[in-house]
Amino acid sequence: MESQQEHKFKVIGTRPIRHDGVDKVTGRAKYGADISLPGMLHGKVLRSPHAHARIKSIDVSAALALPGVKAVITGADFPDIGDNLVQVGENFVNARHLSQNIMARGKVLYDGHAVAAVVATSPHIAEEATKLIKVEYEPLPHVQNVLTAMKDDAPILHPALRTGGTPEKSDKQTNVANQVRFARGDLAAGFAAAAVIVEREFDTTMVHQGYIEPLNAVAQYNQDGHGTIWVSTQGPFAVRELTGHILQMNRGDIKVIPAEIGGGFGGKTTVYLEPLALLLSKKTGRPVKMVMTRNEVLRATGPTSGSHIRVKIGANKEGKITAAQVWMAYEAGAFPGSPIGVACMTVLAPYDLEHLQIDGFDVVLNKPKTAAYRAPGTTNAALGVETVVDELAEKLGVDPLEFRRLNGAQEGTAQPAGPQFRRIGFLETIAAIKNSPHYQSPLPKSENGKLRGRGVASGFWINAGFQSTATVSINTDGTANVVTGSPDIGGTRTSCAMIAAEVLGLKAEDVHPVVADTESIGHTDTTGGSRVTFATGYAVYEAAQDAVRQLKERAATLWKVKPEEVVYQDGAVSCTTNGNESLTLIQLAGRLPRAGGPVTGRASVQPRGVGPAFTTHVVDVEVDAETGKVEILRYTAAQDVGKAVHPGYVEGQIQGGVAQGVGWALNEEYYYDENGILRNTGFLDYRMPTCLDLPMIETILVEVPNPGHPIGIRGVGEVPIVPPPAAIANALYRAVGVRMTELPMSPPKVCKAITEKRG
Amino acid sequence: MHAITYESPKSLAQALSLLSATGEKGRLLAGGTDLLIQMRAGVRKPEQLIDAKSIPELQVLSFNSQDGLRVGAAVPCCRLIEDPAVRQHYPGLVEAAGLIGSVQIQSRCSLGGNLCNGSPAADTTPALIALGAVCHVASSKGTRTVAVEDFVVSPGRTVLQADELLVEFRIPAPKPHSADCYQRFIPRNEMDIAVVGVGAAVTLNGDTCTAARISLGAVAPTPLFAKEAGASLVGKPLNESTIAAAAALAQQIAVPITDMRGTAEYRKHMVGVLTRRVLTTAAERARAK
Repeated sequence: MESQQEHKFKVIGTRPIRHDGVDKVTGRAKYGADISLPGMLHGKVLRSPHAHARIKSIDVSAALALPGVKAVITGADFPDIGDNLVQVGENFVNARHLSQNIMARGKVLYDGHAVAAVVATSPHIAEEATKLIKVEYEPLPHVQNVLTAMKDDAPILHPALRTGGTPEKSDKQTNVANQVRFARGDLAAGFAAAAVIVEREFDTTMVHQGYIEPLNAVAQYNQDGHGTIWVSTQGPFAVRELTGHILQMNRGDIKVIPAEIGGGFGGKTTVYLEPLALLLSKKTGRPVKMVMTRNEVLRATGPTSGSHIRVKIGANKEGKITAAQVWMAYEAGAFPGSPIGVACMTVLAPYDLEHLQIDGFDVVLNKPKTAAYRAPGTTNAALGVETVVDELAEKLGVDPLEFRRLNGAQEGTAQPAGPQFRRIGFLETIAAIKNSPHYQSPLPKSENGKLRGRGVASGFWINAGFQSTATVSINTDGTANVVTGSPDIGGTRTSCAMIAAEVLGLKAEDVHPVVADTESIGHTDTTGGSRVTFATGYAVYEAAQDAVRQLKERAATLWKVKPEEVVYQDGAVSCTTNGNESLTLIQLAGRLPRAGGPVTGRASVQPRGVGPAFTTHVVDVEVDAETGKVEILRYTAAQDVGKAVHPGYVEGQIQGGVAQGVGWALNEEYYYDENGILRNTGFLDYRMPTCLDLPMIETILVEVPNPGHPIGIRGVGEVPIVPPPAAIANALYRAVGVRMTELPMSPPKVCKAITEKRG
Repeated sequence: MHAITYESPKSLAQALSLLSATGEKGRLLAGGTDLLIQMRAGVRKPEQLIDAKSIPELQVLSFNSQDGLRVGAAVPCCRLIEDPAVRQHYPGLVEAAGLIGSVQIQSRCSLGGNLCNGSPAADTTPALIALGAVCHVASSKGTRTVAVEDFVVSPGRTVLQADELLVEFRIPAPKPHSADCYQRFIPRNEMDIAVVGVGAAVTLNGDTCTAARISLGAVAPTPLFAKEAGASLVGKPLNESTIAAAAALAQQIAVPITDMRGTAEYRKHMVGVLTRRVLTTAAERARAK
């Protein structure tokens, strides 16, 4: 384990109680659905029962006639807007597509696509009224398989869509929205130099983030043209931007107040209900609340892409990779925008490669429009590469961790997308797993006749920087407030408070973190890309330094010396030229009215020194060969976390990421019937793991400081979801001798694979 | 929105007269662990709920070695699971009842509710069929008995007429060297509906099987009594080959569907696996007695 020797931290690296903890465990924290306003109405969305259909007519008269119903909106109530790319989290989204996604125009493109919205005096009346809306549909052929959707004769979702990213413009109707290629070296020569080549194809299904709190929005439109939206979102500024585009309102006329958030994982980075609620409020003059059911969340909000992936990698006798080729088609859902671009950037990044080619395709089909999900696009891709790497190592008789060490990226390695890595800790995570108590102890023998195996896999995630603003103000008692615009989905309120406390020489509990609305803090990009502790933390660091600079000026005024003669250390100012002059922050705070007034440090940043994240995992599984059921016996994740600000929350992020990865690996899937209707629309049949399905997940924090951050911070939240499916597939192979290439590795599939192998 | 009335009769007679008055518009409410969810989803729309929990006859739980076990239709599963006699004599029924929901759910749900809900995947139904349980049904016109395997007619529908209610189950006293077992398969370790469920009860005389009943859940529109599979074991020792033969017979009557919980092929395979497993365990238990 490395640590940043030059820093001796007092607060960073400790485990204080989270600032929002008491409110959450006592039930006082206000989530989106807790918001209630005087005179509030309740909205409900009518959704498509078809996977693909033309809307011939919508008759809302019976719904409007129901007592208690105040208004109904359909696609006709929305302005036609042009193409406009807006950054949402790590991705860009076309506002015109988003407008069509939240309310269908002319055609419905997936089961659950919004067709109309009703607002009434109670949620029950609103729901009843949706059933009175008569929609005449003309069903159209649908397509839900990514390879079928790419074919020339596939049903077309958007007649005007043309493939982007190609060298030559085509005028052909298509479902391929975009294509991406990264290539270097001489692929043929690379494969010719290989002693062993492994080539396999993989299929993964759409999966949902599975956040506990369903999507919600409360909106109030005022007669003066201003609107306010209360919503649990990862990106209040993105909600303002997107709602402004969709309703053609000035951004400054929309205020977004972020509520407490019950899980996001990338899923709450876009808009669904916000523009509907605001438009319904505009129509009725009253505040409007909308809350989705779980059924709506699963059918109509953004899961992440299913995919078809082909991986071909060759290696020489010495175990060095000579060439790698990857082909990936990702389901975008009903509108363009799968994470294929970032998948292409990350898929081969863990390895030092001379010859490579990566091709990616963004494909629309009749499923909900995808949204971000923890390291978007990268878990699917890693299933392919990390299991092929495992097979190569096996065929060459090389230990799979040693194979990764031989080929692993390090400082100076060129990424597939071009740039060279700065200091990274990939090899350190491999060594940490090698030396871990888990890897060092033999796999215990099964006592019940079940089969056991151990697998390893690694993962990479680029992490994000983007823009953040923070203020740090000093209270009259010498405590401080930290205000940011970053909704807290991973303990970031506390990590930001700890960074300010470190700089100011305070205790973590003496710094009060606040997540502000869009009118109370400068622009801050969405919580996503594992960026908040890195980038917003950077702003907090700078803002706290700004506050320290002002505190020194105030002390200098009091002492009638120059600011350069004042030092700030351990929460106190002292004078270098007069040893008698010294004040604690508490004393100085009380004297600020006589020293030049209040102190507020502020910073708006766009940090460029993003430090990517690497991780290596080991897992032991037990397989019931008769049923195909896989039990996770033991799991250890070693991750380069840069500098762990709050190690307990970092461990929690790693455990949470692994838990989601295990669910993705074993049981979670979007199950559509032959008519294109989603059948598992609740948590009973959308099978996320429960606490009974997971062991305690062991974590090893490897600290290789990010040279691009004053404290060495790297994003930590996303990368732990990347290796689990590959690690489990590799463990399964060791247990039963079958290479699984399809997610989820659910009991029927594992059982079938074992039966086929045994003949 | 539609209005619902709620009645909580304190006697069987009162309940039966309410039922005959409301007919199809009424619905018995025991624990409500299925019914309330179905009402919320709009699957069932009763206008009157008749709460079964305060009817004394539906709360009976008694055992004696001559007549066996009587379980009132609304006895919550937690009472059944904790009853010493039930635990001793009917471990398979305890296994099945213990698989339904969490501790909170088990304090509300009942054998009667589980059966009357009519699901082919109900966990306690195959356990009851294996034990040869009989339903006692009453209406204001009289009473009748129905074997559990004949009770469900299609998914969500039972033999009960609109004015009838299920009063109790009678389960025969176990013969010497008898035991039962129930297992289901789910992809996770909790929070799931059976992909396949299999119940079995066997009686041994020395090494020879003198009686065996096998039952299947979630592999047909209704829970199934695998009569031939059980009968194939009578007069034979319970060993690997006789058990495998019975499992193959059980597989023959399974007519599963492919859905989000499993493929038809997988379900058929699992009938074989679970039948072998429950017969092996039931035989071990019977030998230990």
